[in-house]
Amino acid sequence: MSGYSITEPSPRQKWIAGVLVIGYALVTLMPLLWILATGFKSSSDAIAYPPKVTFDLTLEGYVNLFTTQTRQTPEYLAEHPPQTWYEEIVRDKGMVIAGPSRFGERFLNSTIIGFGSTFLSVFLGTLAAYAFSRFRVPIKDDLLFFILSTRMMPPIAVAIPIFLMFRSVGLSDTHTGMILLYTAVNLSLSVWLLKGFIDEIPREYEEAALIDGYTRFQAFYKVVLPQAATGIASTAIFCLIFAWNEYAFAVLLTSGTAQTAPPFIPTIIGVGGQDWPAVAAGATIFLVPVMVFTILLRRHLLRGITFGAVRK
Amino acid sequence: MAEIVVRNLRKEFGDFTAVQSSSFKIEDGEFFMLLGPSGCGKTTTLRMLAGLELPTSGEIYIDGEEVSQKPASQRDIAFVFQMFALYPHMNVRKNLSYPLVSQGLPKNQIHEKVAEVSRILGIENILDAPVSGLSGGDRQRVALGRAIVRNPKCFLMDEPLGALDAEFRERMADELRGLHDRMGATTVYVTHDQLEAMQMGDKIVVMNHGVIEQFGTPRDIYDKPTSMFVADFIGSPPMNFLKVRGSLEVGATSIEMHHQTFGIPTLTEPFSGDMIYGVRPEHIRLSDVAPYRAEIVAAEYLGTTQIVTLRTYNGEVKARVSSADTARVGENVGLDFDGATVTLFDSQTGRAIRSELNAGVLGHG
Repeated sequence: MSGYSITEPSPRQKWIAGVLVIGYALVTLMPLLWILATGFKSSSDAIAYPPKVTFDLTLEGYVNLFTTQTRQTPEYLAEHPPQTWYEEIVRDKGMVIAGPSRFGERFLNSTIIGFGSTFLSVFLGTLAAYAFSRFRVPIKDDLLFFILSTRMMPPIAVAIPIFLMFRSVGLSDTHTGMILLYTAVNLSLSVWLLKGFIDEIPREYEEAALIDGYTRFQAFYKVVLPQAATGIASTAIFCLIFAWNEYAFAVLLTSGTAQTAPPFIPTIIGVGGQDWPAVAAGATIFLVPVMVFTILLRRHLLRGITFGAVRK
Repeated sequence: MAEIVVRNLRKEFGDFTAVQSSSFKIEDGEFFMLLGPSGCGKTTTLRMLAGLELPTSGEIYIDGEEVSQKPASQRDIAFVFQMFALYPHMNVRKNLSYPLVSQGLPKNQIHEKVAEVSRILGIENILDAPVSGLSGGDRQRVALGRAIVRNPKCFLMDEPLGALDAEFRERMADELRGLHDRMGATTVYVTHDQLEAMQMGDKIVVMNHGVIEQFGTPRDIYDKPTSMFVADFIGSPPMNFLKVRGSLEVGATSIEMHHQTFGIPTLTEPFSGDMIYGVRPEHIRLSDVAPYRAEIVAAEYLGTTQIVTLRTYNGEVKARVSSADTARVGENVGLDFDGATVTLFDSQTGRAIRSELNAGVLGHG
């Protein structure tokens, strides 16, 4: 009897798998680590060649990201000593802080639009998916195909009509407009994903609740929703990632009040030379919400991706 | 508890008719079986009683009240699902109290009720366990508990033992029947297992293709089948069908098959043409002297009895005889049939021909 087993990998196999996973993680994480590091470099270290792996940590990039600065005369600088730690950083270059930058606002816009459209996509998607899964909807298959077909062309192909539509109904550069747009794009994904999850939930659970004296809505709310939590979480992550990262529509349709972070971050480059540390700092901060959201829901996400693959 | 009356119940799904005008009456306190092969409409009938499907036409009276178009939540019935359908995100106690919460019962009363029911079912020790880890039998008990906790008008059960393994099924069947006898609750039970139906039911409805084939006590259904379908569906091995042709008058007490005369119950209607001579395996005797000969094709030993397969002039038959009898494959033996138990069928339509044997049951058809 050898130690061979088809269910339990041998130590050698585990070792190989471990090396592969770590190798893959290094490859994919490298750019992220580079961005993270660049955010803490000084401007000259950021563009040094050969690239510096060790460097002096500075928060210059982050200060530049969050502030606007002006150059002042040495007399002015001497008269007004720096009050705060971030002002000191700026003073080294002979600058003073003139005020906060737009980054905070843009980041807030991204948050409102990203999470708003995610909530709306998942909310509407759950209701639609439940209806498609449980009720006799006339021409159901055609409707489902129609919903899917909105995903078949790249969304940007309709950018110009949407731009004109938004302009004529006054949705250009508004939070509502962007939330509606991202919801419309995400909805087909959300309906299809969630329908799959809800199809997997046996109808008997709701029927039991109906017989136990609950209304259809109560049965949906109290029995189906907790069961669908996994699907809802993974759908929400997919929707958020799209809405959060979306660049093309954001460039086209927003310029001021509703501008999100993705079109804003590249504009940092132009302000006072190529400020790579500030760009990297912006990218780093921009990553955080999606990472936190994904980590919070990761248990669901993992189950969600493999859900339905194995009959329990 | 309540009596249930069903009148001309019909259900169509698009072009497909699942149930065609069924009518039957379930007495108060009866253990009532809906029996039939899969796709025969028995589950649809049960779901219409529950309010999970609304009938296309027809009436359902539960306790004298017409409920056919009412939602399930207003019918005050309990349903036990085949897969139990325990709420997976709740523990046993919550599952049991859930039907009471919907009625707005105060907390202490819910607590008492749940305690009482769990005592009856012997599940007090698992009240705080999550349902996902329970064994099949315990899940079944919790599902029953959720049904009885509310004192509903009747219990509807959709193959509740179908998901259990054979050994456990036997025990749960006894428990179920015992529970029913203690509570005297009207119970409608769907199954495709004829043994289960015979063993547990007070009355049985046999359905096929959305039509009620026969309605009666297990004994009537076994002894006096009204159609070839019922005769074939009930019993293991099923009733033997021997092809025979002839012309019979009212009052005939025998029929000729391959130049031999065989007894039949006194006919009460004339018939001529192709018939089926239906005889249960246990009503066939092997006899060396009988003039109707057959060849033994196979013999299955079952302990006290054996099933002997024989080739006759009128088709293959299976006989259930004592294991003490010798039956060697290839041997030629004579066959005797117990004429008083025989049912003749119209070969074309499959319906039983009226005789004194089935006079009582054919009225229900």
